[in-house]
Amino acid sequence: MSAPSLNAALLLLADSRLPAGGHGHSGGAEAAIAAGAVRDLPTLAAFLRGRLATSGLVAACLAASACALAASSAGSGTAGDPAGAPPGGWAELDAEAGARTASPAQREASRVQGRLLLRTARRIWPSPVLDGLARAVPEGAHHPVALGAAAGVAGCAPGEAALAAAYAAVTGPATAAVRLLGLDPVAVHRLLADLAPDLERAASTGSGAAASPASVPPPRTAASVWAELPAHSAPALDLLAERHLRAGLRLFVS
Amino acid sequence: MTARAVLATAPGPGGRTVLATMRSAPPITLRRTGPGQVYLVATAAGPLGGDDLALDIDVAPGTALDVRSVASTLVLPGPRPGSAPEESSMTITARIGAGASLRFAPEPTVLAAGCRHRMTVRLELAPDARVLWREEIVFGRYGEAPGRCRTRFDAVVGGRPLLRQEFTVGDPAIDASPAVYGDARCVGGTLITGPPGTAGSGSLLAGEAVIGDGWAVLPLAGPGVLVSALAPDAAGLRRRLERGETAALPR
Repeated sequence: MSAPSLNAALLLLADSRLPAGGHGHSGGAEAAIAAGAVRDLPTLAAFLRGRLATSGLVAACLAASACALAASSAGSGTAGDPAGAPPGGWAELDAEAGARTASPAQREASRVQGRLLLRTARRIWPSPVLDGLARAVPEGAHHPVALGAAAGVAGCAPGEAALAAAYAAVTGPATAAVRLLGLDPVAVHRLLADLAPDLERAASTGSGAAASPASVPPPRTAASVWAELPAHSAPALDLLAERHLRAGLRLFVS
Repeated sequence: MTARAVLATAPGPGGRTVLATMRSAPPITLRRTGPGQVYLVATAAGPLGGDDLALDIDVAPGTALDVRSVASTLVLPGPRPGSAPEESSMTITARIGAGASLRFAPEPTVLAAGCRHRMTVRLELAPDARVLWREEIVFGRYGEAPGRCRTRFDAVVGGRPLLRQEFTVGDPAIDASPAVYGDARCVGGTLITGPPGTAGSGSLLAGEAVIGDGWAVLPLAGPGVLVSALAPDAAGLRRRLERGETAALPR
């Protein structure tokens, strides 16, 4: 990777004040609280750690890949496939995100957030690359794909896109828990600070994963150049997401 | 120990399925128990650390195969006490052709203390292939903390990804997370695919998820559903998966 440069766009993308609807989602925290599985700081810490190690890591890798794809398609003018390689356009990357999200409730939450984020990003950082993503995935790109694409267009490196995705994977649930359990916001931010090394590891895994399609070409028969990306799943989150969708009274969409 | 067993079907006379190849490779021994039905029989302990085992399955177009096992698989650490445990691995690759069907439902894999195991499953399905693939992982024998295990499951239908999942077991900070396995000691899943309304064992449910106590039927983005379950013990896990399978395949 080139010498690290400071990119203020990363802060804008990761900021919960970005008007892209992220505040309406708790990432399974509301359902975990309703089930009694998250009830205090230690159980919230364990929830966040597990979420980051699974769906957070996968989101980081998808976002880094989307960021790299945005950069390469901005350079070439298209997101075309080199001859002989497995397909590698926006639709294929989005399908890889879908195959890693078994729960339909989570896929829907991811698409809703991705669609809103892409709409916002296209107004802030207008680019044919983002227009291309919106055209290629008319049902709404999955959130990590939209986040990574926006990061790429805003000039971020894949590792930065991964960091933003991993950060979003834990800050949303943490903020929701503060509101739902009345926890001390400073104590909860302390938990997030404790996760900083894990966030950085997820970002570096993500940037490595985004770089690998170029260095180790997958077989031609692979479904896409991203077939081998991490796919860590969290069965409890899947069950919680479906239960939440059927809950009568809820503050958060997911 | 390195072993690669091979199992392949071919269309036989009168629309029946014949087993064209059935090559055992101890410790994986294959036994035919009926037309298109094969049992996996472990003829040695393990897998043990250092073992590299593989099973290749090829279900030819239009044929049907049913694979089971007689007992659960106990994954054990390597035979060299004192040294760093070596990884054992089990890799299953299956191709399921057009109009073919495969039921793969072996007994659970139990992760004994100290094991280091890797399980890899790669399924390549024709768009109209019917598959029921069940996987059950038990975190240690009774009262035992499990060793480490990493699993990777990839199912691709007609060249498009249907389901990609990895599980990691054996990191106490992650295992007990309410986001991952919570207080469960077993995790399992059954992938069911096939064109709706044509499966011989009932018609595959399309549309909305169904949830129960510790299980859910999750319609995937592609043509199939995943029954996902968590449970405190192996018997409970099987019950929950079977409940989900019944909900996914209403008669």
